[in-house]
Amino acid sequence: MKILRTILDSQARHFHKGGKLEAAYPFYEALDTFLFTPGEVTKGSSHVRDGLDLKRMMVTVVISLVPAVFMAMYNTGLQAHRAISQGALPLETWQTAVMIHLGLGAFDPGDLLACMLHGALYYLPVLLVTFLIGGHCEALFAVVRKHEINEGFLVTGMLFPLTLPPTIPLWQVALGIAFGIIVGKEIFGGTGMNILNPALTARAFLFFAYPAEISGNKVWVAAQTSADGVSGATWLAEAATLGHQVLLEGLSWWDAFLGFIPGSMGETSTLGCLVGALILIVTKVGSWRIMLSVVLGSLAASTLLNAITSETNPLLAVPFGWHVVLGGWAFGAVYMATDPVSASHSNSGKYVYGLCIGVLAILIRVVNPAYPEGMMLAILFVNLFAGLIDYFVVQANLKRRRARYAA
Amino acid sequence: MAGPGRKALLDPLFENNPIALQVLGICSALAVTTKMETSVVMCGAVIFVLTFSNFFVSLLRNNIPSSIRIIVQLTIISSLVIIADQFLKAYLYDISKQLSVFVGLIITNCIIMGRAEAFAMQNRPSLSIMDGLGNGFGYSLILLATGFFRELLGSGKLFGHTVFPLATEGGWYSPNGLMTLSAGAFFIIGGFIWALRVWKRDQVEEEG
Repeated sequence: MKILRTILDSQARHFHKGGKLEAAYPFYEALDTFLFTPGEVTKGSSHVRDGLDLKRMMVTVVISLVPAVFMAMYNTGLQAHRAISQGALPLETWQTAVMIHLGLGAFDPGDLLACMLHGALYYLPVLLVTFLIGGHCEALFAVVRKHEINEGFLVTGMLFPLTLPPTIPLWQVALGIAFGIIVGKEIFGGTGMNILNPALTARAFLFFAYPAEISGNKVWVAAQTSADGVSGATWLAEAATLGHQVLLEGLSWWDAFLGFIPGSMGETSTLGCLVGALILIVTKVGSWRIMLSVVLGSLAASTLLNAITSETNPLLAVPFGWHVVLGGWAFGAVYMATDPVSASHSNSGKYVYGLCIGVLAILIRVVNPAYPEGMMLAILFVNLFAGLIDYFVVQANLKRRRARYAA
Repeated sequence: MAGPGRKALLDPLFENNPIALQVLGICSALAVTTKMETSVVMCGAVIFVLTFSNFFVSLLRNNIPSSIRIIVQLTIISSLVIIADQFLKAYLYDISKQLSVFVGLIITNCIIMGRAEAFAMQNRPSLSIMDGLGNGFGYSLILLATGFFRELLGSGKLFGHTVFPLATEGGWYSPNGLMTLSAGAFFIIGGFIWALRVWKRDQVEEEG
């Protein structure tokens, strides 16, 4: 460790003011603070003493994502292998070639390691491209604006690949994350200043720009599903077209809860999200108020919609218990809605914010005929109101205090 | 060309662009810019209406009673819009179909009312024509650039001719669906405003 410190210190002069590499200071700073806890402390007279800095907070979120990442690899492989064992052909990609080359060309859905490997071959390149492109966009703005590279990107970069289907083309991943980082975050001033969740902004960009690769029935399983009569649709989409009877009779709730269903890579497992939620709540990094109120909002909305009977819209009858295990609901509620920057800041504001997301997500799912999933759009939409909600909370507080101290 | 005329003609291009700085006429900039062809025709119509409305309002400026000036301005503008609309229907029927209500809606384009009220009511006709042309060109500049990017990125074409062969037709380009939605124009116009304010720092608003 001492050698590392000596190397960093001996090179420091090049990066400080007047040094040859002054422009690259953010890179030096990022490496230094990544390796060592910085010695500087706040110089003003009052400050909070707390070990919880941005870095620890972000790392906690990354740790809470471990179950989702595990599922992203295992389930992606599992879904592909299940489809192939039912008669679908493997995709004509380098991933398939690698699997065959390694002697795993049987694509056995029972082989845990083969599933993990196959899934990793799809997940890791997406993750790599996200960090490479997103990291460079982040660093570019840090150099131009002369501020430090923030750890905030670490979480955005982890979340974004988990919201994508396994078959997403890598150039779209690059374009999406660049858009998310620049338009979703940097033009508002960088980490801590963004109005929208950058990971979801990136996904929404791809969703509207290239709908063929991120929606429909062909992209969610890494095998040629449609050609061979094997269904590759997400269960949510099946419920939307075939009616919720499919859910009650044909499909298993436990499969959906554990996450062994087709979908975006990291979002399928509600159990994984629950574990993540527990970590976030215990460490107080994620807000339980937001998670709870999203649950309550969705519960209220879906119960209300269940009361309406309709011949043409089978989604109306889907019960709350199914809504939470399908699609991106759990992932969005735990990881996306609780983003501390784009959520409401006041405690009572968080309840309102979460309720709005919960209600809206179910409404978009059920009432909107265009998209089967509504969690992403619901969160982005309510992100816009987070500041307004806080404003009314503050005004209400002012009013109450004024009344209390009125002569 | 001397001082004020030159200023009236050239200022609206970058220094005081009606869309990028005054943020007027946004609705039509979103609606008609999915293709270059419609953008060009729309620009022509707006330049025509804006220049002549400025000219006529300026001619009459000393005879218009201030209490009914808006009505008089609107009468002039709507007459000009009807002429433009009828002309397009007669000679460019297909494009007029695509532009649909947006030619008629030139009446409500804030730039035209704004220039009549803010400039033509106070200045002599020759100068008002310059101002009308200048603002028309400023509007067109943004519209054409937006149309250029939206048609090129959204469908790989320019003026209907293929530039990027599409992947669905054997080429390599996957069209960006966001660009054909109205929201795509917001991103492009926002990008222009960003670039313009990096170039001309004095257009940046004070925070407060």
